[in-house]
Amino acid sequence: MENQFDLSLTVNGVSYQREVDPRRLLSDFLRHDLGLTGTHVGCEHGVCGACTVLLDGAPVRSCLIFAPQAHEHEITTVEGLGTIDDMHPLQEAFREAHALQCGFCTPGFLTTLLPWLEEHPQPSEEEIREAISGNLCRCTGYQHIIDAVKLAAEKMAAG
Amino acid sequence: MKPAPFKYYAPRSVPEALSLLHEHGYDAKVLAGGQSLVPMMNFRLVQPAVVVDINNIPELATIQGDNKSLRLGAMVRHAAAEKDSLVKESAPLVHESMPRIATMQIRNRGTIGGSLSHADPSAELVVVTTALKANFRIQNQSGERVVPASEFFVGLLMTAMEPEDLLVEIEIPPLPPRSGWSLKEVARRPHDFALVGVAAVLTLDRKDRCEDARLVYLSAGDGPISAPEAAALLQGEKITPDLIAAAADKAAVDEIDPGSDIHATAEFRRHLANVLTRRALEEAHQRALGGKEEI
Amino acid sequence: MKHKIIGKRVKRVEDPRLLTGGALFVDDVNLPNMLHAAFLRSDYAHARIKNIDTSQAKTIPGVVGVYTAEDMGDAWEPGPPLVSPPPTLENVIFNSRRQVPLVKDKVKHAGEIIAVVVAENRYIAEDAVEEISLEYEPLPAVVDLEKCLEPDSPLVHEDLDSNLAAHLIQQKGDYQKALATADLVIKKRFHLDRGAAAAMENRGLVVDWNEKDQHLMVWDATQSPIPIRNGMASRLGLRTHQVRVVAPFVGGGFGPKIMMFYAEEMVLPWLTRQLKRPVKWIEDRRENFYATTQEREQIHEVEMALSREGRILGIKQKIIHDTGAYDPYGLTTPLNTQSHSMGAYDVENYYSELTVVFTNKTIVTPVRGAGRPQGIFIVERMLDFAARELDLDPREIRRLNFIPPEAFPYNHEIIDQAFTDLVFDSGNYLPAYNKALEKIGYDKFIQEEQPRLRAEGKHVGIGVVPFIETTGVGPYEGARVAIEPSGKISAATGVGTQGQSHMTSFAQIIAEVLGVEVEDVSMVTGDTAEIHWGTGTFASRGAVVAGNAVNAAALDVRQKVLALASKVLKTPEDELELEGGQVRAADIPEQSISLGELAILANPFRGAVEPGTEPGLESTKYFGPAYGATAFGVHGMILEVDPETMMIKIHKYVTVEDCGTMLNPLVVEGQIHGGVSMGLGNCYYEKLHFDESGQLLNASLADYLIPSASEMPHIEVIHENTPAPNNALGTKGVGEAGAIPVPAAFMQALENALPEYNLEITETPLSPNRLYELLQKKERNK
Repeated sequence: MENQFDLSLTVNGVSYQREVDPRRLLSDFLRHDLGLTGTHVGCEHGVCGACTVLLDGAPVRSCLIFAPQAHEHEITTVEGLGTIDDMHPLQEAFREAHALQCGFCTPGFLTTLLPWLEEHPQPSEEEIREAISGNLCRCTGYQHIIDAVKLAAEKMAAG
Repeated sequence: MKPAPFKYYAPRSVPEALSLLHEHGYDAKVLAGGQSLVPMMNFRLVQPAVVVDINNIPELATIQGDNKSLRLGAMVRHAAAEKDSLVKESAPLVHESMPRIATMQIRNRGTIGGSLSHADPSAELVVVTTALKANFRIQNQSGERVVPASEFFVGLLMTAMEPEDLLVEIEIPPLPPRSGWSLKEVARRPHDFALVGVAAVLTLDRKDRCEDARLVYLSAGDGPISAPEAAALLQGEKITPDLIAAAADKAAVDEIDPGSDIHATAEFRRHLANVLTRRALEEAHQRALGGKEEI
Repeated sequence: MKHKIIGKRVKRVEDPRLLTGGALFVDDVNLPNMLHAAFLRSDYAHARIKNIDTSQAKTIPGVVGVYTAEDMGDAWEPGPPLVSPPPTLENVIFNSRRQVPLVKDKVKHAGEIIAVVVAENRYIAEDAVEEISLEYEPLPAVVDLEKCLEPDSPLVHEDLDSNLAAHLIQQKGDYQKALATADLVIKKRFHLDRGAAAAMENRGLVVDWNEKDQHLMVWDATQSPIPIRNGMASRLGLRTHQVRVVAPFVGGGFGPKIMMFYAEEMVLPWLTRQLKRPVKWIEDRRENFYATTQEREQIHEVEMALSREGRILGIKQKIIHDTGAYDPYGLTTPLNTQSHSMGAYDVENYYSELTVVFTNKTIVTPVRGAGRPQGIFIVERMLDFAARELDLDPREIRRLNFIPPEAFPYNHEIIDQAFTDLVFDSGNYLPAYNKALEKIGYDKFIQEEQPRLRAEGKHVGIGVVPFIETTGVGPYEGARVAIEPSGKISAATGVGTQGQSHMTSFAQIIAEVLGVEVEDVSMVTGDTAEIHWGTGTFASRGAVVAGNAVNAAALDVRQKVLALASKVLKTPEDELELEGGQVRAADIPEQSISLGELAILANPFRGAVEPGTEPGLESTKYFGPAYGATAFGVHGMILEVDPETMMIKIHKYVTVEDCGTMLNPLVVEGQIHGGVSMGLGNCYYEKLHFDESGQLLNASLADYLIPSASEMPHIEVIHENTPAPNNALGTKGVGEAGAIPVPAAFMQALENALPEYNLEITETPLSPNRLYELLQKKERNK
């Protein structure tokens, strides 16, 4: 097709080159073109936070970014945090605190919290509530997520 | 909820962007942070034929300042302004408004210029820049002009900009000494668009009389709604609770023009504007008495 | 029985996959050659279709086909009735009108499907939808629950005389007699409005017809894969073995994902058979607001007759329940309202007239709570008003009326949603209620804190509300448990999983019974290839009905293990124990054999399986309760309201839950936390705004307000345990409990925070604006 964009970017440390329709949302590109289906899509209007990924280290809504806008940038998705056998302390903490039920919103919480915890190593409950208020969860009432964030902070402080 | 097709350009410089806007005119939409534009495109409420993405122009993303003004490049992201010490020092009202704007993820992407160009009457920056008498530097292929906030916002989602124009910088003059400020709003959830809000700026003379007052409201009409008559009540007077109440009544009853929607009726918005005006003026007054902007 | 694994706070086995992006959700299924569907949905709530022109849409490159009802030919038929009217009641009117795959002549709610586009990708499919031209004749919409019954109302279904969908009366005792002896009669009108379930994952479907194999593979974000499989096979004229439905990880259900045979579930299987290519449709958020079922709108006229002392003598109630444009789900939801309108109380006389109406709105089926929150709301509010009238402490009037522990099983003499007698199996309400009052610090709050805070100008109030939840209803669920040659356990049940932790809590049951680790159990939920019979995950029944089926199957396998091991080890069965994946003689641990070795012995390659026995260490068992297990709980909150801005802050939230035996307290607590957040949404945030033309005005998550972490309080959960007597595990359901009493407790607290206004709140949800109006009314009345 004529109106294609030659996209190169790095996702979870891996370089990719792809031709994309410029209107392709980054969320769709990651999920369906690169097969990184851990990033979930819940609203496609920037409210629910499920599709949050890191763009050059900062959490953003991947449903509000066109794929070509990630050209020459670095993206981190939930797949970049840790593996089943070697989970990130944040992921471990989510498991220990039962911070997920259906798990659909979880990748967005993890990507939101990863850089935030680096900047807030000893967060208060109020700060945590504020930090995750851009991520909707319908299962947990957020309480176990807050427990998990506190636990993760302890784990990360302990190294 | 997928956007309609468009032709995509990612200029690397302002002249390149201006040339594209000149060429495509009404067919083109400038894509800044995209945090308002892309949702509308995903809902297919907006279907531009051409998208000019200005995210690759580093010169638009600088924050500069001197004693005359704070200058924010149009592509400064909310998160960058929120964390910037110069912004905090020289325009504390701008600094304080940042955490109220949407969510962390939106602020990481959304830009000052994008928000102002969108001119949503419920946007904090629209009222804050109006209250601070900011100037908007606009360029097009034929040149540059500077438009004061009072002339920049001309209606619902409308600015003084033409399709070939690009907002490149916002200049925010410092407040005089003995000024206080406040931003108060009521939102159903902290990050929602506020039902109503007010930015208040108050400057006192040496005898603690009001030298200058500005009240600007969000979600109270088709744009940032100023309340000059309420402010005039304060002019030259010692600020007292009664005077504040009178100003709040004046603004809420006579000056704002809120609409009704599913979240609030116009009547409730007027009520809230009244309450918030009182609270904002009290806070601004305390801050002004404290000497500088910060208590 | 002392449990080792059941009841422990076991970490979930499903989490590592979910946490690393490795869990399969429907939209993660991408098949070669797959097409994508997008739907043209009605802009109008009520309109006749005059003409559809799809020719332009078909010319768009990448479009494979555009279809309307006409194209479906004989394959076009309405969805099946899911739940029939109760057969045990007399004089029931029930007009069954079922949703259709594609609208033929008249649309009956906004968002109803008129045409479908199939294209190479979703973007192109949506481009083509915009190119379909449609001529409508708009009709006046049926929106209001009472006006719709007036003689001149427009009709949703023009073949009916009115918009009446159903009518029935349930009663016990003699309300009129009670009324005659009453010292106080209170009459109130209630209006409870609509909300959305709004699971974070929208619905979705991938269908793949394999022509050579004559087999249909379906991935469906559904709560009930087995009925979906059965229905799809039947609609397509296939045998059940030709259809496999997998409900993989599902991103939240909350009720609407069980409304099987949504239009899309009727259209997509037909499309893949036509096109012989896989087809995917993923609902987007806007579609979810129009097309996924909703709940809660009811109007109640309630009368409560009381003695001077505060005993409830009787309750009379007229309910109008909105079922939306169709009524495939029968009377489940309003029957639940009836069974909860007497709350946790001993009510001798009850008269309840139920009227169900059709409107031009999205179909109504259960949403977390399913009619129960409405029942609890009215009875608890009525008691608050009665206490005020009688000058009684709101706690005393409740204590006076609780069903006493010796009265169980307590037969309410009406029927519940399962069409069985409404019998409360067990309960011990007073201690749990008192504990909640103690934990929230009721006395101290009223005597010390509230006066102090009021003196500071703060408006802080307390609300404590008890509730019951009927859970664990039939008909049945099944489970299959098998020991593999590796010694690991494979198990399956037909209920799907949308976050309920089945893969862990059911594994705990099996691990307990068979003496293995939880990690050794691989639990499959929601795959029709793994088990043939079942219904689904709904009505807070997974842990009760499927859980007890799992337990029964595991016990049967244990028996087979013991029988075989007894022979092999030459030790009597009662001297054997199962521990660490081994069967061993209790007093001679070295005399042992592993489960894996036994599994191999049970499936010999040579020799013969003895007549009358079965190969393998496997069992499939079913559990079907005669009636449900009724849970109890109490929610208490302390909230602050700013009567100038109407902003609310909840300072303290305490729940006491009695859901019988807990399989995993972590999971129980998580269920309650989530329920409370939805309940709080129903109090002050979540309302679907329909205008007079039936248009939904807030079909986005920016305008439909789901509580975020900023609105949620910290919730303390305290457990009580009155085991269910009618199932082996003693479990009661807890999936919906959290949502049920929240509005009643919230309004009680709000009124308590604003005593000077003497509010009587009889509606949900409120909003800052609505609260302002209520306060204004009182100010004007002063």
